[in-house]
Amino acid sequence: MPPAVILKGISKGFKQTTLRRDYITLKSLFLNPFSRKGRPKEETRVVFQDLNLEISQGISLGVIGRNGSGKSTLLKVMTGIYKPDSGTVQMNGRVSSLIELGAGFHPEFTGRENVFINGTILGLSRKEIEKRFDRIVRFAELESFIDVPVRTYSSGMYVRLGFSVAVNVDPDILLVDEVLAVGDESFSRKCIDRMTTFKKSGKTIVLVTHDLPTVERFCDQALWLDSGCIQAQGEPRQVIDAYRQAVARRDDERYKEEQSKAASSGTERLISKDRWGNGDIEIIRVRLRDSRGQERHVFQDGEDILVEMDFQVNRPTLDCVFGVGVFDGKGTCCYGTNTDLDEVVLPPFQETGQIKIKLEQVHLIEGNYLLDVAVHAHDGHNYDYQSGCMSFAVRSTKKDAGIYRIPHRWIVEQE
Amino acid sequence: MFPLIRQHIQELIRYRSLVNSLVIRELKARYRGSFLGFLWTFLNPLLLLGVYALVFNFYLRIRMEHYAGFMFVGLLPWIWFSSSLLEGTNSITAGGSLVTKVLFPSQVLPIVKILANLLNYLLSLPILFGFLWAMGVYQGWPLLWLPLILFLHLLFIEGLVLILATINVFFRDVQHILANFLTLLFFLTPILYPLSQVPPPFNKWVKLIPMTQITLSYQDIFFYNRAPDLRILLVFMALSLILLGIGMFFFERYKETFPEKV
Repeated sequence: MPPAVILKGISKGFKQTTLRRDYITLKSLFLNPFSRKGRPKEETRVVFQDLNLEISQGISLGVIGRNGSGKSTLLKVMTGIYKPDSGTVQMNGRVSSLIELGAGFHPEFTGRENVFINGTILGLSRKEIEKRFDRIVRFAELESFIDVPVRTYSSGMYVRLGFSVAVNVDPDILLVDEVLAVGDESFSRKCIDRMTTFKKSGKTIVLVTHDLPTVERFCDQALWLDSGCIQAQGEPRQVIDAYRQAVARRDDERYKEEQSKAASSGTERLISKDRWGNGDIEIIRVRLRDSRGQERHVFQDGEDILVEMDFQVNRPTLDCVFGVGVFDGKGTCCYGTNTDLDEVVLPPFQETGQIKIKLEQVHLIEGNYLLDVAVHAHDGHNYDYQSGCMSFAVRSTKKDAGIYRIPHRWIVEQE
Repeated sequence: MFPLIRQHIQELIRYRSLVNSLVIRELKARYRGSFLGFLWTFLNPLLLLGVYALVFNFYLRIRMEHYAGFMFVGLLPWIWFSSSLLEGTNSITAGGSLVTKVLFPSQVLPIVKILANLLNYLLSLPILFGFLWAMGVYQGWPLLWLPLILFLHLLFIEGLVLILATINVFFRDVQHILANFLTLLFFLTPILYPLSQVPPPFNKWVKLIPMTQITLSYQDIFFYNRAPDLRILLVFMALSLILLGIGMFFFERYKETFPEKV
């Protein structure tokens, strides 16, 4: 079976003029037809450079990457809305794309009229739409609103109708761009269900999304795009992990940058939403390392996590306690401790130093976590408290529930 | 050049049902929400006629038999022409998500505007006939020329709109220039006055304006009850075909960049 999608050596750039200035005017052209000065320079912003991609039939591919990495442009190239500057696009099968739901809906018209027009735009004949009409309406759950102008629809209803028309076109290849997030939960579950049956019938799906868990649950393959380059393609879990690590690294860099910026702006730096204290002792840098000393942000459950804090003493004091806290996504404290509780005796510090805490065999359940670090006096008076200064993720093959995996085993006895 | 033109036409044929439903939508949308609804299709030209008749019959007192009828004959195709040009030129830039987010041939958009305005024109013809008959102006066999004249006029408008719509994507000044230019052209075309009123050195020039050629043909079959001047019609046909060829080629040539520029 030939692959469903073959992109060969795709290059695509946009003329910068159209992005910086909307259009050249006739007037400016008449006034100085040859002058370069009046006209913005013709720069090309390259989105893709020699991009190669193959998607096998029956695969559902999740495309991830940060904003502006070229995900939507990729879909538009696949759909045929954008023509690549060079390279070939080959789509084997009928393509339906949901780049914008309800594109072409006319607000004054009823849902029924719009279904017919939208269906025609997507390439169906009137008869084909009539055959599918009830299915479309039932799926969108709009039976009682179908003869009302769509301008009275809520945005959720609008999206439901648009999605419903597009999936009922029965394409071989479905291209979806970040649209499932709009409906309510029951509807997005329905969309996923619909796409699952789609997948089961051997159709190919390309899904652009920021919803990583969906990619992990739903897709057979993930593709990570960054600045128009394919960073990774393959097993969703691995690709997502790599992507998360890169995001964490970037967050880390930004954090470092902010810190160095803040360091040059006096003691006020310690007063912010996520950071407070008088600054007698400052935590300059926090790092997470694995058992091999590698800096990491994503850990497998059961791994050791080493928290490393560089600090700087601005006013020497003996009255000092270091602490850490781990919080889950809902803000629940999973664990917190400090040098005082653990009865660690600290030497008098001069100028700078480093303190580490090794969290052994962390069996947190899968999810994202935030780390608080603090240094304060014994009476709780803060020198430097940094809330959520670091985020990390724990991945696990198990999908158990709660906060922490209590070490356990099952015992079954049979008579 | 010819492969592009062929592709242009083939895609139009393939998407004809879309053109159909968009034309109907266009017509319905025009008067949706208004109390009189579709009646406006007939009311609009009548009211317009009333205004012109008032000014030219009673204020300026033009001496011509059945003048109001004569004017009406030329005014209706002009309305078709000018609104098609204005709406068609804008159709790509105003296409929004249809151009940037969905895949379908964008030549559908301008022709929808033109056809919707053509239907409007056709629907106002009964009013024209009623009005002419009431005045005692009757038509006969020359009316058989009407389909051909309409068809040629359609080709002419389509060619012109394709060119203007394409340029307008890159230079949005076109739509503003066009509005003013149409006002000028309206008075240069013998719609409010018969060509015979134009003094000798100028009447030759006026005859070179394509809109004059087609307006004369309409006047011949509707008002004078005679066959149109074949030489004039042939010139107009040649011009329309050339314009259409250039328009289709030009449009196809730049079509691919529309989604990026709109």
